[in-house]
Amino acid sequence: MRTIKSAVKACVTTAALTSAIGLSSAAVAQEVTIGVSIPAATHGWTGGVNYHAEEAKKRLEELYPDIEITISTAGTAGEQANDLEDLVSLRNIDALVVLPFESGPLTDPVRRVKESGVFVTVVDRGLTEEGIQDLYVAGNNHELGRVSGEYIRERLDDQGDIVVLRGIPTVIDDERVQGFQEAIEGSEVNILDMQHANWNRDDGFEVMQDYLSRFDNIDAVWAQDDDIALGVIEAVRQADREDELFIVGGAGMKDIIKRVMDGDELVPVDVLYPPAMIATAMDLTVQHFVSNGPVLGEYILGSPLITQENAEQYYFPDSPF
Amino acid sequence: MSSVMANNKTTNKAANKMITQKGFAIDLKTWGPFVALVALGLLGVLINPAFLGLDNLSNMLTRSAFIGIIAIGATFVITAGGLDLSVGAMAAFIAGVMIILMNSLVEQFGAGWTTILLGIGASLLLGVCAGFINGIVTTKGKIEAFIVTLGTMGIYRSLVTYLSDGGTLTLDWAVRDVYRPVYYGSFLGITIPVWVFLAVAIIGYILLNYTRFGRYCFAIGSNEKVAEYSAIHVDRIKTMTYMLQGVCVALATIIYVPRLGSASGATGVLWELEAIAAVIIGGTMLKGGHGRIWGTVVGAIMLTMIGNILNLTDAISNYLNGTVQGIIIIVAVYLQRASWRKTGP
Repeated sequence: MRTIKSAVKACVTTAALTSAIGLSSAAVAQEVTIGVSIPAATHGWTGGVNYHAEEAKKRLEELYPDIEITISTAGTAGEQANDLEDLVSLRNIDALVVLPFESGPLTDPVRRVKESGVFVTVVDRGLTEEGIQDLYVAGNNHELGRVSGEYIRERLDDQGDIVVLRGIPTVIDDERVQGFQEAIEGSEVNILDMQHANWNRDDGFEVMQDYLSRFDNIDAVWAQDDDIALGVIEAVRQADREDELFIVGGAGMKDIIKRVMDGDELVPVDVLYPPAMIATAMDLTVQHFVSNGPVLGEYILGSPLITQENAEQYYFPDSPF
Repeated sequence: MSSVMANNKTTNKAANKMITQKGFAIDLKTWGPFVALVALGLLGVLINPAFLGLDNLSNMLTRSAFIGIIAIGATFVITAGGLDLSVGAMAAFIAGVMIILMNSLVEQFGAGWTTILLGIGASLLLGVCAGFINGIVTTKGKIEAFIVTLGTMGIYRSLVTYLSDGGTLTLDWAVRDVYRPVYYGSFLGITIPVWVFLAVAIIGYILLNYTRFGRYCFAIGSNEKVAEYSAIHVDRIKTMTYMLQGVCVALATIIYVPRLGSASGATGVLWELEAIAAVIIGGTMLKGGHGRIWGTVVGAIMLTMIGNILNLTDAISNYLNGTVQGIIIIVAVYLQRASWRKTGP
């Protein structure tokens, strides 16, 4: 407790708070408010983000009674910009953890938050301008593509025909595809076609159905995302072509991890891009207020290959994702 | 909705339409959607011969069944001068409740048809109720259908997100295996969803064209006031169209759930717009008063076909898929309306 208080004293510089601390040592006035702004659960992965944010809030608030965490979810980039304004003006936050809906439109709103003297942690989607955030926590999209590409290349012995299902056209999707293409460059692995399946099960199902009627031989599928992968699995099952190919997803959805754990031939591996990174970001942000070690810079999570051997440590049966 | 505003005009138009319908009925106005469908099919074959593959055709028709069935319900709503924006969210909500219910019934009834039939029953019940709410609030509450169904759309969409904790609801594996044939199975070489689609279309056709209910829908859509003076129970008929729409959504959901065995906040997004587009492509007028079931069927198939053809080629940048879709939809409707404009009033 004492360390928290002194850390709070050291870090929070607003006049109001310092005077409040000066008046009494009671905990009431020394609270640190952390605002967390994330996209609403529009698809599986963001659902996971919501779940892990709530979990981290519960855990951190219990651990540090002086820290209050407010989570707000937004359905669009515009809504999120409004949320940011409200967090600053109504909730008087000391720190912001933001997973931007889209990088471009939110860069300026986040900058304005920063200018009001708030500690800013940006998660997953980097802002388009450097030097705004104090801390950047993200998975490695390029790495996810590269790890997937390398696995497919190795497994196919440098040659084969594959199809790719892309996500929603965004920077994230581009980085992943770029990493993937770099990894298979120079090999005989041939991409038959790439289509957007928008990180969506239904779209994954339909795009894969069409691939299956279009191509007589497919050696591997890079679905890039586990929601898409689940749709792909159904399409392959319907066409009775399970023995012909294997599927590589991405993210770490519990259903897929379970299959990897059980040694499913169709889904031999998965590549991690965990929605739990929001919890990492919240932890680190809290550390900024409670620890005497400096918290700033970048924190990039690895994108390890999840295989049958290590799958268990990435399996969260209670998470909705 | 617009009937009060343009009272006289509509009456004239309606009268004229009666005449045109007798005289020029069989031309592009009727056959436009079919012509566009054939043209689109030819384009598909040219782009990739795999388009005509039996598997591909079957996949495509099966896929179009969801939107198609919903759009048949929407044909009634729109013909009677209403609009339902809540169908996509309603489908997601019904799917979610169905999955939760079936999962919880497994313990009691086992993973068999009893559980599934109870799920199906609940789905139909929910559909009827949801439609009833849309209808009664629109008619008795005297609120525009656009606003009412926009509201219920938001409600159902967020309810399914809430039920799934922002994630995905997944159907019990054992139930899923029993239920699976409802989407993947086939009878006489045609998949079950296509049979359901066909049955709903035939029933819809008879209902709209050969029953008093159907004629009332036309009358109300043409001019609500006149219909009311003609002793038609406008509110009751309109509410019934929304309930019919609810049943159609429930039917679509019943064949949707076994496909992927899951529902989430992303289920059925934009289905309402696709359904409305299918109805309009098919020759039904958005302002009401005139509906065509077979046109709607063709419209739904066409929408699915566009997506399918785009998946069969890499000639067009993926980023432009929406552009191609947009152009084809506008051209299809233009083809159909162009001739009508010349012969019309």
